[in-house]
Amino acid sequence: MTENATVVTATDLLQILRKVAGSDEGIDLDGEDVGDVPLNELGYDSLAVLELAACTERVYAIRIPDSDLKNEMTPREVVAYVNARLAEARA
Amino acid sequence: MTRRATITGVGVVSPGGIGRDAYWDLLSAGRTATRQISLFDASGFRSRIAAECDFDPFARGLSSQEVRRMDRAAQFAVVAAREAIGDSGIELTASDPSRVGVSIGSAVGCTMGLENEYAVLSDGGRDWLVDHRYRVPHLYDYMAPSTIAVEVAWQAGAEGPVALISTGCTSGLDAIGHGVQLIEEGTADVVLAGAADAPLSPITSACFDAIKATSPNNGDPEHASRPFDGRRDGFVLGEGAAVVVIEEARAARERGADPYAEVLGFAGRSNAFHMTGLKPDGREMAEAIRTAMGRARLDPSDIDYINAHGSGTKQNDRHETAAFKASLGQAAYETPVSSIKSMIGHSLGAIGSLEVVACVLALRHQVVPPTANLSVADPECDLDYVPNTARESRIRHVLSVGSGFGGFQSAIILGQPRPERAAARSAA
Amino acid sequence: MSATGIREERTRAVVTGIGVVAPTGVGTHQHWESVLAGKSGLGRITRFDPSGYPVQVAGEVPGYDAARQVPGRLVPQSDRFTHFAITAAAAALADASVDPSALPEYEMAVVTASSSGGTEFGQHEMERLYQKGPSWVGAYQSIAWFYAASTGQLSIRHGMRGPCGVLCCEQAGGLDALGQAWRLLRSGSRLALVGGTDASLCPYGLVAQMATGCLAAGDDPARAYLPFTTAAHGFVPGEGGALMIVESAESARQRGVGSYGELLGYAAGLDPRPDSGRPRVLAAVIRRALRDAGLTSDQVDVVFADAAGVREQDEAEAQAIADVFGPGGVPVTAPKTLTGRLYAGGAALDTATALLALNHGIVPHTAGPDRLAASCEIDLVMGWPRHIRPRTALVLARGRGGFTSALVVARGASSTSSKSEPLVKGLPA
Repeated sequence: MTENATVVTATDLLQILRKVAGSDEGIDLDGEDVGDVPLNELGYDSLAVLELAACTERVYAIRIPDSDLKNEMTPREVVAYVNARLAEARA
Repeated sequence: MTRRATITGVGVVSPGGIGRDAYWDLLSAGRTATRQISLFDASGFRSRIAAECDFDPFARGLSSQEVRRMDRAAQFAVVAAREAIGDSGIELTASDPSRVGVSIGSAVGCTMGLENEYAVLSDGGRDWLVDHRYRVPHLYDYMAPSTIAVEVAWQAGAEGPVALISTGCTSGLDAIGHGVQLIEEGTADVVLAGAADAPLSPITSACFDAIKATSPNNGDPEHASRPFDGRRDGFVLGEGAAVVVIEEARAARERGADPYAEVLGFAGRSNAFHMTGLKPDGREMAEAIRTAMGRARLDPSDIDYINAHGSGTKQNDRHETAAFKASLGQAAYETPVSSIKSMIGHSLGAIGSLEVVACVLALRHQVVPPTANLSVADPECDLDYVPNTARESRIRHVLSVGSGFGGFQSAIILGQPRPERAAARSAA
Repeated sequence: MSATGIREERTRAVVTGIGVVAPTGVGTHQHWESVLAGKSGLGRITRFDPSGYPVQVAGEVPGYDAARQVPGRLVPQSDRFTHFAITAAAAALADASVDPSALPEYEMAVVTASSSGGTEFGQHEMERLYQKGPSWVGAYQSIAWFYAASTGQLSIRHGMRGPCGVLCCEQAGGLDALGQAWRLLRSGSRLALVGGTDASLCPYGLVAQMATGCLAAGDDPARAYLPFTTAAHGFVPGEGGALMIVESAESARQRGVGSYGELLGYAAGLDPRPDSGRPRVLAAVIRRALRDAGLTSDQVDVVFADAAGVREQDEAEAQAIADVFGPGGVPVTAPKTLTGRLYAGGAALDTATALLALNHGIVPHTAGPDRLAASCEIDLVMGWPRHIRPRTALVLARGRGGFTSALVVARGASSTSSKSEPLVKGLPA
């Protein structure tokens, strides 16, 4: 996990997700490109996304307002969101 | 089946009103008991409001020994049980103790005791290997919630079937339903049934903060619990207890009891969908309602008041509005619905029993308690929620529902006690 | 029609599947083999370093890796007690050949006994709260620690939408869950997934248990849990339990599956408060259960005792059994000395063991005790099993606070028992 990162990648995020919320059998988070698959299709519910948000806030020292992250989002969309918040925090 | 269950006594420990009369006074006046949390320092939390009970255990008749050994939830349960027994007028020493049962619900048991002692034994969380040398004689009784049922059983001298029912936020309804089962199947003639929860503790607040289920409207505590309102933003945690005396109908009549109500129908279903999430269609709650109605042999038009779960979360209020429509059809639009959580918050497992008592009192007084803090409409919640002011109404039958984490969906139907067929009995 | 839908006539209830996760093994077969061999699952606690505590022995489930036993996403969102329940439930459903998707969804229920809840999960979350602050408590605390967690997760996993429940009657709860499931079969359900598991072997859980004064201190597993002897000085705590499929005889017949046995009678009561001067209720509860079963005491072939391991409680239990059956009047056994007492899992596991015993025609022995206390006038089966082909068993369970429950089970009517793998169940009653 890259702390104090300037840019977060999908790999970083999926690593956090796997750590806090586990992963479904049959879904290879490292394998074929899951970057554009909605989180709920990867087996992650609303609670998993809350855990992801909370852990991401701590790891990257950013604030994620309620309901900004949703499990309809894809890993790439989440990454874009987090990087945007990181950029804001630096500005 | 000839055995029927009647409610002959009630006891209440509620935010804003301890005791039956103070409780009804609050509900019928539409007053709210939600305020800034005072039971612990809530400054670091997202939601800092709750419905607390102004409860002095000694003033409520508990002895030093009882206060020392009992967690707050158990204290609530015992005080409510004592009131219910007194209210019913039953002379329990004349009952066969093996036929007196207890069915008490609680979602989180003795959380306060468990957490307070943890903080000490772990030295503020520093030690995973907590200290065993600091003796806490009742620590185990905080871990096992069944203790609460035992304390109530001791009040009644009950030696029949005793259980603590812990089905999350439907515990209070399910415990009463379970008590009715014991009466109907013939295992018990008297059951003390109800529920208690005293969850106002950092770990509880933190866990609901984490899932953003509770209202963060800390600037306006009195109005933060807004079931069915378009501005609603989560539930307000509460605490409390309610216990009822359930007696077999004939035996109750024979001893001269004056029942508040008869339990006509009860059913439980599960959504098997998600531990916390609810589908917008309210399908399984509708099924619980339909099943209870079938058991009560009632049509939707026979229901004169619906006491909702009405927790005040966006998803819940929408979910159960859909459930009412699906199960009751047009009658859902023509029947007053209200949520007393608007006034006394959501006390998790306890609330179902507090709601049954509210229904029983509504039947007695022929008054529908209101949904407080309701002023902005929500197009998805378009029923008659009795905004802000209680309403006199002819009430023959009441439906109360509950929904809980784990997917539990429960429904109970209460009605005026039916007159005995005295002629038939005397002819026998 | 009654308010709760209870029909006039009771439904015949049979057990068609069993799943076990226990210190004696993961899986019914492993468990039964250990029971037959008297192979103890007690040992020094490994889940944390117990050397600072007076209690150092427990019954831990051997070689259980949640990552391999439980779906990946469910592991972080539930406590170990729910992991056990998920594993045992899957085994029970497979054992009973149940495909929940093929059965009416509202006619299947889940009923578990619960007692300690998600103890270890909760200790972790409280640690984060107190060490780091409220925002460190996770989203899963709201669903992992509470007593209903296992029932909720099982209901979701298996699509069971009937009247699910959770009973907390401390160590008696497993029998009460079975009693409740039987009630549900009489009021619209056709099948129930029922039982209990517990996992409170974390430091806070252990220290809480120690507060009762009933745990055996020491570090020698062989000397720790010796019920009904003069050496009895407490019990050993354990983790695990069992889940079973209980269904109506009609449902089993329709599905063409055999059963381990039938529930014949059930009764529950609570001891009067200690200072009341009134007698304890065990003998009365046993009699009520027998009456409920339509049996006389001489028709019971074995009693699976509660076996508290605390002298005064052992004496009270032995006295009650002697009252009902006569001194030494019925074989009594407590295979739980191999596992320790499993709280919400204990009585469910005892019932599973009893059914296995009936099916194998063998009364397992009570490993550990070799000489009874004089005050315990019971025929405790010690040393080795008895091959006496028992047909009917009485299972007893008591919980702290006075919970007292009794369940009578019988072998299927025309069962064939076999020691070979796989277990051959009885034919439908």
